[in-house]
Amino acid sequence: MVKEIERYGIPIVHMATITTISQSVGANRIVPTVAIPHPVGNPTLKPEDEKALRKEMVKRALDALATDITETTHFE
Amino acid sequence: MSDKFKVLYYVNQFFGQIGGEDKAGIEPEFRKEKVGPAIGFESKLKSEGEVIGTLICGDNYFNEHKEESLSFVMDVIKKEAPDIFVAGPAFNAGRYGVACAEICKAVADEMGIPVVTGMYIENPGLDTCRKEAYVIETSDSAGGMRKALPSMAKITCKLAKGLEIGSPEEEGFIARGMRKSLIVEKRGSLRAVEMLLKRLKGEEFETEMPMPVFNIVEPAAAIKDLSKATIALCTSGGIVPAGNPDHIQSASAQKWGKYDVSGRDALNAPDFYTTHGGYDPVYANEIPDRVAPLDILKEFEKEGYIGKVNNYFYTTTGTGTSVANAVKFGTEIGKELKEAGVDGVILTST
Repeated sequence: MVKEIERYGIPIVHMATITTISQSVGANRIVPTVAIPHPVGNPTLKPEDEKALRKEMVKRALDALATDITETTHFE
Repeated sequence: MSDKFKVLYYVNQFFGQIGGEDKAGIEPEFRKEKVGPAIGFESKLKSEGEVIGTLICGDNYFNEHKEESLSFVMDVIKKEAPDIFVAGPAFNAGRYGVACAEICKAVADEMGIPVVTGMYIENPGLDTCRKEAYVIETSDSAGGMRKALPSMAKITCKLAKGLEIGSPEEEGFIARGMRKSLIVEKRGSLRAVEMLLKRLKGEEFETEMPMPVFNIVEPAAAIKDLSKATIALCTSGGIVPAGNPDHIQSASAQKWGKYDVSGRDALNAPDFYTTHGGYDPVYANEIPDRVAPLDILKEFEKEGYIGKVNNYFYTTTGTGTSVANAVKFGTEIGKELKEAGVDGVILTST
């Protein structure tokens, strides 16, 4: 899906935990995430800390969209 | 001393008969017995070899703690010193396939013993280990177990005894991208002309040098100004409005959905939940934004960090979904996003 959306020339960032899969399916911008059942959350944290974590990760994803790249890049 | 060759076997929590998604977080363990497919596998070894033990690890645990899991597995293998290592088959299960692949690769690299596994041709783990392992080609679901185990056992016997391995077609494994020298009766020029003649007559012919298929999409240009950009949110994590009005499948999705989120601040429960059948849904059902972070995107919109969140949120289920369907969904969704003037996309996966 990531690859086919990017084919339209729209930058896309894949937020995923198993980044090897992400890379093998052809994602160019990758943000590694927390865990499979909660990629952008962490139920062990306090609600406000969890939200801060999510915000930090989504910001990284947005910044990835605003970064020019020439090859597959992990934004960690 | 038994003169049988020794096999060590790897399975996930499901095939290790510990449990389903709720047990996918279990740490690796070793049992000095045959568990799950290892039992059927050994029976196909015709008493030439035996399974000396089974390693079991939760799919989530492995993928989230790769280093620790691999080090546990390698320690057991060093201690047990098998002659050959077998994992799976993983069919089309992505996390299981990746686990089998990473372990097979590590065992082959570090121990130098033959490794055998089984996968469906679209399994995302395949590329990691296809050079190191003999990967028997299986169907996409566990229904293919009966067919997979005999092929895996047959090649295991040959490898353990150091016998010649036939071609991928003969043995049923997925081509490893290697060339092997062999002596044939007809010289190259003659074979080439015969192939050309067959081709000209429109007959079936078999190439001796299949070309790899590359299908790469170049990275799209970056967004110049995020504060003016429209960002769309997509997920393969199966987040849908409560009741799943479009009946998106919980696995092997046949369709995707789009939902108007222009009036919402978050994808909160109980209005939304996940219909995805491939991971433990507890955390996603509590706070669906943990999978598809609409809440944060809306905050960034309010703060002016981005221009706008696209009115529609796109969703489907990634587990077991064929590559052909994923390509179709991506093409259809991409078209809509392009027409809607979306500048960038965040796609989350579980």
